[in-house]
Amino acid sequence: MSEAAGHPIEARGLVKRYGHVTAVDHVDLTVEAGCVYGYLGPNGAGKTTSLRMLLGLIRPDEGVARLFGRDPLQEGAAALDGVAGFVEAPRFYPYLTGRRNLELMAALDGGDAGDRIDGALETVDLADRQTDKVKGYSHGMKQRLGIAAALLRAPRLLLLDEPTTGLDPAGMRDMRQLVRRLADEGMTVLLSSHLMGEVEELCDRVAIVRSGRVIYEGALDALLKSTGQRYRLRTTDDERAFAICRAQPGVQEVLGAGDGLTFAADQERAVADLSVALVEAGVAITALVPAAASLEELFFRLTEGDGLPAQNGDRPAPAPEGAAAASREASR
Amino acid sequence: MSAIAERAPAPAAPPASRRRPGVGAIYRWELRKLRAQKRTFLGFGMAVIVPIIFIVALELQKGGPNDVPFGRYVRETGLAIPPVLLIFGSIWLFPLIVALVAGDIVANEDGNGTLKTILTRSVDRHQVFVAKTLAAITYALAALLLFAGVGLLLGGVRYGLHPLTSLSGTRIETGRALELMAAALGAYLLPVIAVAAIALLLSTVTRNSAAAIVGALMISLLMQLVGIISGLAAIKPYLLSTQFDAWQGLLREPADWAPVVRAAWVCALYAAPAFLAGLAVFVRRDVAGG
Repeated sequence: MSEAAGHPIEARGLVKRYGHVTAVDHVDLTVEAGCVYGYLGPNGAGKTTSLRMLLGLIRPDEGVARLFGRDPLQEGAAALDGVAGFVEAPRFYPYLTGRRNLELMAALDGGDAGDRIDGALETVDLADRQTDKVKGYSHGMKQRLGIAAALLRAPRLLLLDEPTTGLDPAGMRDMRQLVRRLADEGMTVLLSSHLMGEVEELCDRVAIVRSGRVIYEGALDALLKSTGQRYRLRTTDDERAFAICRAQPGVQEVLGAGDGLTFAADQERAVADLSVALVEAGVAITALVPAAASLEELFFRLTEGDGLPAQNGDRPAPAPEGAAAASREASR
Repeated sequence: MSAIAERAPAPAAPPASRRRPGVGAIYRWELRKLRAQKRTFLGFGMAVIVPIIFIVALELQKGGPNDVPFGRYVRETGLAIPPVLLIFGSIWLFPLIVALVAGDIVANEDGNGTLKTILTRSVDRHQVFVAKTLAAITYALAALLLFAGVGLLLGGVRYGLHPLTSLSGTRIETGRALELMAAALGAYLLPVIAVAAIALLLSTVTRNSAAAIVGALMISLLMQLVGIISGLAAIKPYLLSTQFDAWQGLLREPADWAPVVRAAWVCALYAAPAFLAGLAVFVRRDVAGG
């Protein structure tokens, strides 16, 4: 099948069971070209198992995964042309040097991969340590070597499984900049992560998984808007303001927030009416500002609570079978 | 990794017909990996030390190993040293040397998590397994040549390379004896390959180096045990352990090819199913470690 015939990633009905445990439960994924796609979920949600199935490392019990229209289980290594990345921590031969490891990878890639070794080492800032054995590398250096090994393949699709885990803040920043840069140049990226800030910073679309199921799939912007607008309020008398907010029509989910309070309101009119009510009650407003729900907040609601109310645009996937597909359809 | 984003190469579309590496490329790297591992040199070390110990023992004691073929000639010619070493080596030494690498070559990658690393490049699983099998056999051949070579060298230096008395009692000139010795090593390699195939299967199935190495050694020792039970004499010709003696037919005059021919097909009966089963498991298995 021609590579142009398929999306970078297309998975349908992926299921993987280990005994009585269903690690991945009817997962559907479509990643469009040029997208930075966040695959988000708590530890044990089945993210890594899904990635392994996408790369053909493990066989799904049901369903099919295709990369650029090619199934790794049917076409073997040919299906991984233009695809690179790593699952969990990248692993190398500890008794070989960093450069030797890359030479081995390049030999197993064929083509002109060997010509990219110097550039890849420069890119990840490991040129000075290339002759050291990998067993002496720190976790962060191994992560960077993993990126270098991926770049040897000149990929058009990069699958990264929690690439910043274990990195120091500067390493995390640099890794994110690299991912952003690669994406800006046209590379499609699937980023598995449980770091909300990372996903919020990098991703255009997300799938959120819980217990092996995709419980939300869609544009990140749509997700952030899906809970209705929240506002942050500070007054001269927060205690009375709290009571007034609770009694005000159109104002919901009033919460104390230390130095003020927050509330949700779907209509701006309700916010205007609230400000009038506060002033009439003798409570002066010192600040009233919109406060967007954070991805972290939404994530916890989705993965620990009952999910989000259905909104316009993308929405939570309601059921395992075809859930993500339904969500995508709703967004188009 | 400062400013790595600025230095990142732009993604390039790979050529439509990317030239894929073959088994040869993987095989060469498997050999390089073996050369970089201490375990490999542990096996080679055993293959070197045992002949040295044997020669030292011969020097320190007056009697010889008269109860084994060629044993009575060990002080007459260095050419008799390698055959005696091969007989001693067949009991547990060579199965252990072979299993040390063949039992580890897949399981080690499982344990280190590097199997996922190489299986997400541009090589197919069956190529990797074939390359690993060839590398394990190459290592076994190298160990065998080292074992016999060191014995021949030390024996030759100490006792000279005088003509060898064949198992038929005839005199074999040195040149001819060396040729026959090379052929004998070829015959000895047959059961060695079978042990390697069994160790590879265990390495693939158990995903545990120690279990695969010990398992392969135990199977070899079990066959030795079965071979000495008189009530089971009927199956002795078909035991793997028996095939370790097949080379002796080549050091008769005229040469007795029957045990060598039998060793070839008996060893194939052990090696081929083990190889195919290992290949089938390797190609279909989940790579979930690491």
